[in-house]
Amino acid sequence: MNRIEIAFKNKPIFMPYFPLGYPDLDTSIDVIEALAKNGADLIEVGLSFSDPLADGPVIQHATQIALEKGITVKKSLAAVKELRRRGVDIPLILMGYYNPMLAYGLEKFVRDAKEAGADGFIIPDLPMEESDEFVGLSHDSPLPLIPMLAPTSSPERMEMIARKAKGFVYLVSVTGITGERKSLSEGLGELIAQVREHTSAPVCVGFGIGTPEQAREVGEMADGVIVGTACVRTIGGSKSPVETAREFARSFREMLK
Amino acid sequence: MTLLPTKFGPYGGQFVPETLMPALIELEEAFVSAKADAAFQAEFNKLMASFVGRPTPLTYAKRLSEKLGGAQIYLKREDLAHTGAHKINNALGQALLVKRMGKQRVVAETGAGQHGVASATAAALLGLECVVYMGEVDIARQEPNVFRMKLLGAEVRPVSSGTKTLKDAINEAIRDWVTNVNDTHYLLGSALGPHPYPTIVREFQSVIGTEARNQMMMDAGRLPDTVIACVGGGSNAIGVFSGFVDDEQVELIGVEAGGSGIESGKHAARFGDPSKGRIGVIHGTRTYVLQDEDGQIAETHSVSAGLDYAAVGPEHALLRDLERAFYTSATDKEALSAFHELCHTEGIIPALESSHAVAEVIKRAPTMRKDQVILVNLSGRGDKDLNTVMKEMGNL
Ligand SMILES: Cc1ncc(COP(=O)(O)O)c(C=O)c1O
Repeated sequence: MNRIEIAFKNKPIFMPYFPLGYPDLDTSIDVIEALAKNGADLIEVGLSFSDPLADGPVIQHATQIALEKGITVKKSLAAVKELRRRGVDIPLILMGYYNPMLAYGLEKFVRDAKEAGADGFIIPDLPMEESDEFVGLSHDSPLPLIPMLAPTSSPERMEMIARKAKGFVYLVSVTGITGERKSLSEGLGELIAQVREHTSAPVCVGFGIGTPEQAREVGEMADGVIVGTACVRTIGGSKSPVETAREFARSFREMLK
Repeated sequence: MTLLPTKFGPYGGQFVPETLMPALIELEEAFVSAKADAAFQAEFNKLMASFVGRPTPLTYAKRLSEKLGGAQIYLKREDLAHTGAHKINNALGQALLVKRMGKQRVVAETGAGQHGVASATAAALLGLECVVYMGEVDIARQEPNVFRMKLLGAEVRPVSSGTKTLKDAINEAIRDWVTNVNDTHYLLGSALGPHPYPTIVREFQSVIGTEARNQMMMDAGRLPDTVIACVGGGSNAIGVFSGFVDDEQVELIGVEAGGSGIESGKHAARFGDPSKGRIGVIHGTRTYVLQDEDGQIAETHSVSAGLDYAAVGPEHALLRDLERAFYTSATDKEALSAFHELCHTEGIIPALESSHAVAEVIKRAPTMRKDQVILVNLSGRGDKDLNTVMKEMGNL
């Protein structure tokens, strides 16, 4: 069993997102370690890009700071290695935009990511239509590219995308960019049910989930709850980020029990 | 899956979040059906004639030709199109598609403000709601156009992220589009972005090349030897090139923004600076992009807001690989000097973007014979640039 499969043995799982390099590289490694050791079941480790067009202001700001402080793909991969050295053994999924991966060299990126101890990839600007060159590369190092679905996806696309899903399906719960929302989108349960018709892979919901209460509600329907903006805002805005990360992870873990 | 090819050789494609894919598919369907619909074509052509004032004239630049002492120079006068630039051709075409798709709201990005003005104009004409995203740096340097957009009923939203120029305005327009995609169309202003935009924009701008070819045959009785256009995203260039691309003997030249000079690093010459201009993916398309070693998009510089962008339309990347078109650059200084030259010798105040094309004419015409002909696409007029030029003259 790989790390992702193990993580999904106890559902629903809690998946926070946090970008490496924010507020600085050392702190971000400590934060991710703290999240992992206090209840996160899987972490989306963010790679920064200058033009994150699927992200709202909070994540834009955080990744901008990470870039100003000198984060690179290379340093990010080294950070993943460091997290493994510290005994973090939950799945770490690299989430980032395509261009920095292209610039690094796709083949080398996939190889180095695997060697560093990453478990998969989420690339918001790489839809099914364009993913062949990336998926083809990871054949001999089968780290999954996590497919994304959205409320706007047609039934045909849902089927095509979900059917081939490896790892899990990332269901974007709102039509929009990352950021907290006051309430959950209507029809989420139905959307999840539609996806489940086409795949037995776990279905995780992200975008817009900000509070442990919302997480619990989503957790009753989905196999995993992804929390990005709220995680970045709460921890990044704190004077003691590591402490806050511990509490943050515990509060969501508690609610998802 | 798609009705049309999504790529130009290895370039182009659809690198967007899943949320937007259905909208791109819907847009492609609307475009393909409109193209085959005689009523749509008739409506577009009628607006081009009765509203935009097409065909725009072809002007023989007699005094400039004589002064340079080489090739005969003809100007395709997109500056005389309603709203002052070629951007209106595409804005109206897409706005008609918006009506066809039954959407009510458009968002647009703008650099120089010309595409913003064109979008606001098309929206006013067709009764659509219009929001234009514009970088704060560009708002400051293209102020008259900001006021024009507001007069036309558009809302102008300043963009303060990143470099505060065209690239960041596109980011914000896309974010708005992702959020409101159910009732909103992204009225993209250049031959850029994910498929089908580069193809749609070329189609609506091809009117420039079609007219220019006919006019050259009528006025000069022959094809030009060389066609020159400035290249921001590449829409005016691809529009005029499309009229001549099958005429193998016609040389096609695109002019990028050389800014303070390639060696200074402050420019927007995607093809001109191999140290930073490499194949990458930005704003939904694979093409040449100015970037650092880590794949972060580079800051760009140009005196002209409309050329101040880190990526070039994907079809230009292919034309260059095929050596069907060639690309060069003109610096801020060369463009400003060409600007003054055209004012003085021809009585035409060109846009600073178009002045880059004129700068190349000034370099090239003297090296050509008197019986040779250059056609330059004068993509827009310079009214919007008077503040910038005044400031630059003060600095000289
Ligand atoms: C007058 C004029 N010419 C050229 C451009 C550059 O755009 P493109 O390369 O798409 O023609 C602009 C863009 O704002 C413009 O306003």
